[in-house]
Amino acid sequence: MSRNNTYLVYTILHLNNSTSAAFQPLNKRSASTIQKMNKNKKTSRRKFLVRGGLGTLGVLAIGTYVFRNPLRRKTLSIAETLIPPYNGSGTKANLWFEITKDNQVLLHSSKVEMGQGTFTGLAQMVADELDVAIEQIQVIGAASATGIVDGLSTGGSLSIASLWVPLREMAATMREMVKGEAAKKMGVAKSDLTTKDGVVSGGGKTMTYAEVAADVTEWDVPGTPDLRPVSSYKFVGKPIPRVDLVAKVFGDPIFGMDAEMPDMLHACVIRPEHIGATFKSADTSKAEGMNGVVKVIETEDWVGVVAKTFSQALAAKRAIKVTWDIPRKWTESDIREMLQVGKGDRMITQKVGNELEPEDANVVSIEFSSPIGAHAQMEPNGAVAHVADGKATIILSTQVVGITQKQVAKALGIDTADVNIIPTYLGGGFGRRLNTSHAVMAAKMSKEVGKPVKYFFTRKEEFQNDTFRPPTHHIMRGKLNEDGFLDSVEHHYASGDVAINSVLMPGFAHTVLGTDFGAMRGANIMYEKIPNHRSVQWHTTLPFATSWWRSLGLLANTFAIESFIDEMAIKAGKSPVDFRLAMLGTEGNQARIRKVIEVAAEKSGYTDQVKGDKAMGFAASIDTGSPCAQVVEVSIADNKIKVHKVTCAFDCGIAVNPDQVRAQCEGSIMMGISGVLHEKMTLKDGQLYPTIYGPYEMALMRDAPSEIDIHLIQGAEVPLPVGEPPLGPIGAAIGNAVRRLTGKRVGDLPMRLG
Amino acid sequence: MKISFNINGQPQSVEIEDPNTPLLWVVRDMLDLKGTKFGCGKAACGACTLHVEGEAVRSCSYAVKFAEEKNIVTIEGLGDRENPHPVQQAWIEHVVPQCGYCQPGFIMATAALLAKNPNPTDEDIDNNIVNVCRCATYTRMRKAIHRAADLTPSSKVRNE
Repeated sequence: MSRNNTYLVYTILHLNNSTSAAFQPLNKRSASTIQKMNKNKKTSRRKFLVRGGLGTLGVLAIGTYVFRNPLRRKTLSIAETLIPPYNGSGTKANLWFEITKDNQVLLHSSKVEMGQGTFTGLAQMVADELDVAIEQIQVIGAASATGIVDGLSTGGSLSIASLWVPLREMAATMREMVKGEAAKKMGVAKSDLTTKDGVVSGGGKTMTYAEVAADVTEWDVPGTPDLRPVSSYKFVGKPIPRVDLVAKVFGDPIFGMDAEMPDMLHACVIRPEHIGATFKSADTSKAEGMNGVVKVIETEDWVGVVAKTFSQALAAKRAIKVTWDIPRKWTESDIREMLQVGKGDRMITQKVGNELEPEDANVVSIEFSSPIGAHAQMEPNGAVAHVADGKATIILSTQVVGITQKQVAKALGIDTADVNIIPTYLGGGFGRRLNTSHAVMAAKMSKEVGKPVKYFFTRKEEFQNDTFRPPTHHIMRGKLNEDGFLDSVEHHYASGDVAINSVLMPGFAHTVLGTDFGAMRGANIMYEKIPNHRSVQWHTTLPFATSWWRSLGLLANTFAIESFIDEMAIKAGKSPVDFRLAMLGTEGNQARIRKVIEVAAEKSGYTDQVKGDKAMGFAASIDTGSPCAQVVEVSIADNKIKVHKVTCAFDCGIAVNPDQVRAQCEGSIMMGISGVLHEKMTLKDGQLYPTIYGPYEMALMRDAPSEIDIHLIQGAEVPLPVGEPPLGPIGAAIGNAVRRLTGKRVGDLPMRLG
Repeated sequence: MKISFNINGQPQSVEIEDPNTPLLWVVRDMLDLKGTKFGCGKAACGACTLHVEGEAVRSCSYAVKFAEEKNIVTIEGLGDRENPHPVQQAWIEHVVPQCGYCQPGFIMATAALLAKNPNPTDEDIDNNIVNVCRCATYTRMRKAIHRAADLTPSSKVRNE
């Protein structure tokens, strides 16, 4: 049986610890600017440094893209248009990839793999510029000790898009370096050499990359080569099987949950169950004498118990009696009372034309709401930590390697450089692992017992200590003009925190930005031809943590807006497809939205007429530059909504791996169905509830449409975000079909009929 | 106490203090077979599914004492890279996994279903495969289950 992959990670790190060099940073630019730059680029520019050594060759990118303060960006443009490039974390030597003795390429990825197929896309990009076969590439998440981890996070559906240029440039540079060295060794002019499958050929001779690199200590580094045209690529654009496919089908131990260290102990932590409760005191006497218990650890706000096995730690946890200070038992109605349009901090996030008059009799107004949503990712959060001699090593599933490193260093009072965070494959992320501060708990417990400690959440801890998708409340208002098209539409929406107060944003961000740009995702009106349109946010911080959940505000905001658009089309007596097209411009993203709407309507054979027991529903959205339109076929039996088929038209620019883009559409659609038809957290006796799958209802196999028909459109010359944008339309599409079947507009999520 | 069983074709004995310890932790932490996953600890998600005497069992809620003298199969024993089980083969052909964490549980549940019902209908699949996949790979899984049925020798015989 294969041994834990994390050991492999360890070994590699030891190899690379000695790297150092300096590099001139490339300024941060949006993807489109970088594309333009490429066209005009001169080959004299040298971007990368190289590390040589016996049997290995690594390309270093040093301080590639200096971390930039998110506050310096224009908030609205981040949320709507900008692809931030790789956010490198400073001036350290950063090793991205190396060639091993057996002629394999090891890519240290600055982004983690949480299911979206990112590692596969990155491998494809490398293969096409480095001229190696896809099977020759192994991708691993870079540990913080490599210095190349992303200073911000893996998230926002940005991994492929942000590395599109820099990663291919590094691969191309490395290819040219190998050729230059091979020319010397083979006695053949560099211009006569060709490269393929990790082999250099020319003048009747061949050498593998590993042979070329074997004894080199000084590399000649060329200027950064021009990138090849995308049309010439053999791997990019093709449905290559995932690089992690086989490991995942045979159950290889690749997740944080599977990590072990020698002599490792197991821990459980007792956390408050009531919202806002704080630790007062604990009776640990019984637990301390229990079998296997090594130590009970009390801190200011939690109690942990370390034992030889997990089962022993869990039994001891149950024997500890904690007294909590519970200042208030929050109720569901408290939350709804706080979270309403008209309450909290107001910010206009879009303003075109005039505001609707409050008393205008022609104005249609509809309210919508969405509940608290749980991440419910399958792999519980956890960490394996070893703290000894003033240094910490932590293996875990995290989307924020760099931030977790800083948190642990601060908590232990040691240098950041003395904390090494080793990311594993993630058993789902969805935004939940943008806060992995529990690594601190594992580290503190390890320090207390002087041995490695593995701590992971029980499922109840997971549900009660989630950083939830905030509940929302929306009021849509609008009116038609004389021709039966929209003269005005307004989206007023209230949300809890998404970006504000999250670990990715400093605490004072709110005052500077004035708005929560996470809650804003999908909140603005995308139909530019509506003469008067606006979007107004009301932000409230709730008494429990709410934060990033796949697609952020997009699911709820699009549900409200596109349900309302559909209702106005009905009022106008127009086809919802024609109604939408008439409100869109013909240039840029407007044309791209138009295209997905046209394709979805055509491929699905969309009709607004009920046929038999089924009706179709139509909706569209654009998120981070990737427009998506979806058509659903729905029936209702015993008040249960059944989705039979989904047609999806999606434009993410270049689809680096079309099969995995499809997989993301399928997953987003299905997760969206789960979110809008089933999922809901509530407050019960001051606690968040439910705390287990089942009672937390989710879509299962029986809820899956029998067909999801996906049509990919390439409306841009760069890869754009994929993992979240297809979550936009699904809620409204289902609601619009239900409206056709029942004559009633569903306003509240999850949709419950009868 | 000592508990003996057969796992992935090999006889195995474990010395355990508490015979009510869930089989999951014996398999994962004592026998170092990490393919069987912890998801919820309450038999509510199916990530820990393995086979006991050919039956799909949610091992987080199955006391190890009940495994005495039984035949257990985990994902590691279902098939290997050279000889994948038809369900694994179908999973590869359809590129099913995303994050992959729940997939061993689904694969084990599917293998147990096909052993009893070599040609399941969509309804059979919906009623029997009730694990949770947060990446929501359900449509691909359903296709892969039908493909696995086609790849299973017994079902071919039945089809002919």
